[in-house]
Amino acid sequence: MAKHLSPRIKLLGAVALIISIALLPRHLDSLYLVPGLLLLSLWLLFRMSFRYALRRLIVVEFFIIGIGLLSLFTPSAAPIFLAAFVKSNLCALTLLLLAWTTPFHEILLVLRDLRIPAVMLTTLALLCRYLPVLADESKRMQRARASRTFSRRRFGAWRNIATTIAQLFVRSSDRADRIFLAMCARGWKA
Amino acid sequence: MHLPDCFLDGKTAALSAGAAATGLSMALRRVRASLGPRQTPRLGLAAAFVFVAQMLNFPVLGGTSGHLIGGVMAAVLLGPSAAILVMTCVLIVQCLMFADGGLLALGANLFNMAIVNVCGGWFTFRFVKAIFCRGPRSDGIDQRAAVFAAAFAAWVGTVLAAISCAGQLALSKTAPWSVTFPAMVNVHMLIGIGEGLATGLIVLAVLRTRPELIITADVAQPAAALGTIGYGLLLCFGLAAFVAPFACPWSDGLDSVAKALGFFHTEQSGFQPPLANYHLPWTSATMATAVAALIGTAVAFVAAYGLARALAPRLLAMKPAPRNPRDI
Repeated sequence: MAKHLSPRIKLLGAVALIISIALLPRHLDSLYLVPGLLLLSLWLLFRMSFRYALRRLIVVEFFIIGIGLLSLFTPSAAPIFLAAFVKSNLCALTLLLLAWTTPFHEILLVLRDLRIPAVMLTTLALLCRYLPVLADESKRMQRARASRTFSRRRFGAWRNIATTIAQLFVRSSDRADRIFLAMCARGWKA
Repeated sequence: MHLPDCFLDGKTAALSAGAAATGLSMALRRVRASLGPRQTPRLGLAAAFVFVAQMLNFPVLGGTSGHLIGGVMAAVLLGPSAAILVMTCVLIVQCLMFADGGLLALGANLFNMAIVNVCGGWFTFRFVKAIFCRGPRSDGIDQRAAVFAAAFAAWVGTVLAAISCAGQLALSKTAPWSVTFPAMVNVHMLIGIGEGLATGLIVLAVLRTRPELIITADVAQPAAALGTIGYGLLLCFGLAAFVAPFACPWSDGLDSVAKALGFFHTEQSGFQPPLANYHLPWTSATMATAVAALIGTAVAFVAAYGLARALAPRLLAMKPAPRNPRDI
């Protein structure tokens, strides 16, 4: 179902929905049900995985609650805090739905049509292509490191992780050189 | 520090998005001018690298763990313009793919983490390194000075980004400045310690294994040193817009007019919300935080020097191998 929609419509729809959520009144109101029900029906329609949504939302929730706690110090803040809490969660859900239905390379196509500079497009595309590769590589490096060093000292652990990150940087630079040659061999021009 | 949606008002979001777009366009122009086609895939890989580096967890007190922000690390390893571009791409992907940070707050997040953090850290790094660097700079890097400068710059960059974030929240009236400033800055002074330690260790490890990767980023700079003035101006503009309205001890215009016209009495006689005078007890907290930040800066400076002194010899890293002329 979601695959038939053009990515441009999905992205613009998400932006429009987020803007309209942001424009809702700053206290809990029955109007909140409109985007809420819309998102719920889209959730069911697109069959977004519950575990996926929950796992992502928990990460976001730290920031939302942290900033919400700050706003509790404003006079008569409780309704505002509740409203902002609900609104941020609705916005996060919208973004999650967008991410669930649209692979990033489709979003890149939309961004290209929006005349995003070419350097940024290439960087974004390579970021998404090599993110899983480097994540995998860092996991392997950490496993190799853990199998060789046994240290209970915390500073040792910090040093190990920092060395892993530095190694990852070195390897990613070398890999970038190889990728450049491979791209040139396939006729790529900057 | 990823701000979610709906905590900033339209004015603040638009202002910070404009500032972020200005910084990004300056960075794009300088990246195009200074980097050859060979560097283009490097930027993408560096972005993936920063993203992965943010996913690795450092153990902190009692079972909790924290992760790197990485802006200053990117600035030291890649130079400021490339770092701004890389951090921007990372934040865009985090927003669109992982819902970390709101879409409407993306401008504010970009300004805090891709511009204030990177540029503030970069200026601190250059400044401290220029003071403490010994020996001819053209043929190597003084390891101790580089580690010291990187660790201190990471602390400063983190705190600066937190100050800017607190200003944005206060400007959009989510919470008063007297609350956001102490809360954000105190927390991030602690986070900055970890950030500084991690950045120092990473820079040291890269210097030990492949110094030429850093040196090439470093040597490219003097020719374009003038271009960094733009970042400095943008940084000042952002801090002036977000922080200056609150950092000033004078009462604001509306208050003084109300006082002059004698409205103050009638205003207070009405309904009193439970925390009406919320800013009075907190004023001291703002001052105390500002003083603590100043002391913290001095302590971080000394601690970063101690770290560098303990870990890094005062050696010059090796000269980069001459490039093969047939390379592009």
